[in-house]
Amino acid sequence: MIQDNERNGKNGKPDKKEKNIVLKMDHITMQFGGLTAVDDFDNVVYEGEILGIIGPNGAGKTTAFNVITGIYYPTKGRVIFDGIDITPYRPHQVTHLGIARTFQNIRLFANLTVIDNVLVAQHHLLSGNDADALLKKNGKEKKVRGHLWFWRAVTKIGYNKTERKMKEEAMRILKKLELDNLSHEKASSLPYGQQRKLEIARALATEPKLLLLDEPAAGMNPRESEELLQFIKYIRDEFKLTIILIEHDMKVVMGVCERIIVMDSGKIIAEGTPEEISKNPKVIEAYLGKEWEYAGA
Amino acid sequence: MTKKAKRDTTLTVLLIIGMIIFLQVANTTFDSYEKQVLSLMAIYGIMAVSLNLVNGITGIFSLGHAGFILLGAYTSALLTIPSEQKIAMFIIQPPSPLIANLHADFLTATIMGGLVAAFGAFIIGFPVLRLSGDYLAIASLGFSEVLRIFALNLQSVTNGSLGLKGIPNYTNVWWSWGWLVVTVIFVVSLVKSSYGRALLAIRDNSIAAEAMGINVFKHTLLSFVISAFFAGVSGALYAHWLTTIDPRITTFGPTLTYYVLIMVVLGGLGSITGSVVGAVLFAFLMEWLRVFEQPFTLFGRSFPAIQGMRMLVLSVLFVVTMIVWKRGIFGRSELTWDAIINFFKKFGKKADERGVGK
Repeated sequence: MIQDNERNGKNGKPDKKEKNIVLKMDHITMQFGGLTAVDDFDNVVYEGEILGIIGPNGAGKTTAFNVITGIYYPTKGRVIFDGIDITPYRPHQVTHLGIARTFQNIRLFANLTVIDNVLVAQHHLLSGNDADALLKKNGKEKKVRGHLWFWRAVTKIGYNKTERKMKEEAMRILKKLELDNLSHEKASSLPYGQQRKLEIARALATEPKLLLLDEPAAGMNPRESEELLQFIKYIRDEFKLTIILIEHDMKVVMGVCERIIVMDSGKIIAEGTPEEISKNPKVIEAYLGKEWEYAGA
Repeated sequence: MTKKAKRDTTLTVLLIIGMIIFLQVANTTFDSYEKQVLSLMAIYGIMAVSLNLVNGITGIFSLGHAGFILLGAYTSALLTIPSEQKIAMFIIQPPSPLIANLHADFLTATIMGGLVAAFGAFIIGFPVLRLSGDYLAIASLGFSEVLRIFALNLQSVTNGSLGLKGIPNYTNVWWSWGWLVVTVIFVVSLVKSSYGRALLAIRDNSIAAEAMGINVFKHTLLSFVISAFFAGVSGALYAHWLTTIDPRITTFGPTLTYYVLIMVVLGGLGSITGSVVGAVLFAFLMEWLRVFEQPFTLFGRSFPAIQGMRMLVLSVLFVVTMIVWKRGIFGRSELTWDAIINFFKKFGKKADERGVGK
């Protein structure tokens, strides 16, 4: 992992303890025709932190996620994860390298059962993925559950044991998220909050180092979102994760994030601790508009 | 759990043994026409199960099945027809030496037919599977037509529009039902593995599947190739059942794909047992409804035989079926031993209650 020297030098004030950088977004610009959705996004994510990205609608938060997870190829800039340049990699490869995500509009496998949803996420650990070669090149290796070929899965020779192990692992994750009693329900039959939880469970089953949550509290009432925040802290500690969280609502992120990035019209307009952000005039402006506009009206 | 699995395996083995006994009895007592229909049921079954793997389980709407059936049929037929017969048959242009000299037994020819079809799917898959939805359907339909036009014009390989005649009539109930069992076991064990779950995930939400680390293109290609292999096998069996194949639109044209699609949808998209039931039903009705094509008397008036009347009746039957079962007979669920046992238990309970009531 890259040591955090460059950044300390730039800011001039070193952190109390040296932190490892997990993700580095190196001057990312994403343009769609004439529209610049993300403009020169340059930041880093430290190991073990919960980083919040907030901003009004259309600020480019989800686009930034899509660039990180390989859905979009940025117009300019690079994404460096764990010392590997992942910019050109496809979403399934990025997941194999250790970044998992959830979606703003829930994208579960609606017709599969809860446990099958989690088992699907383990499929890439079964026989490896295209990104294995890249990991090896960088001196890393993903722990795959034995090199299981397609034929072993079909003929069931030496397969059942692996299948059982996968199911145990899936149940372990579901138990931690208190979904184990619903394991054989159809995913689409779960209530909304449980579906959100299942999406996180599924992302955790890919064995990520970095978890991207896209508006996890969307459509929840204040009490539910408070529970969710506690839950996010819990999974961070339990699974030793780094979490980036997109949120629309500023209040939600204040309680859980250690650092917040505020975006508006594709640009980073502020960065800092929740207290700093809540007092930042630029942030207030982005959310509420300029003061003189109100004075004029 | 394991007890249940053991019970299911025992029941499946018993079913296969029962089927063998039935086929043995059928083989000795049925006349040749009935045996032909019995074979056709299994051939249609293989076609339907293989199409279901792509259309029902992976959820990509392919209409190119007839092309793969054609590849399997031609490959196997060219391998089993004796060389002298091939040379005598190709009158417009002599067969190319490779085609004329190659010869294989029926099993090898069938597998080769499957492999050639699978290879065809592998090549076609690269451009076609980059598309999605309706575009994929049209492109795959187009590719199957391209294959048919190739068969029509490659004189030295396929004998062009004259087709291949005198293919040895190797397909009997054993070959066809045997291959159906192989197909069903293969597809079921694929679906029940991690790979099968990945395919089902792609059907439900391909974006999420990709975000979960599944290489969507590779997995759809895999299911496309496996489906084509069994389509090729069914084509080989079909060719040795028909004994004459030609590249006319009525033999390997889109009509055949639509027939297979009807079987799959009738049984339930995504249900393997449904596909088999759909195919058996389709083959049975296609023959049984011939009674409607005979001259008949109604209210004292006699009507002449109407050609194609059975297709009309069949269509009406299917429309009614689809109104009653909107997702096909079985929907997406499988006909499991659990379901059968529960059904009989319920049935028994009802009978008991009735008995008590009296």
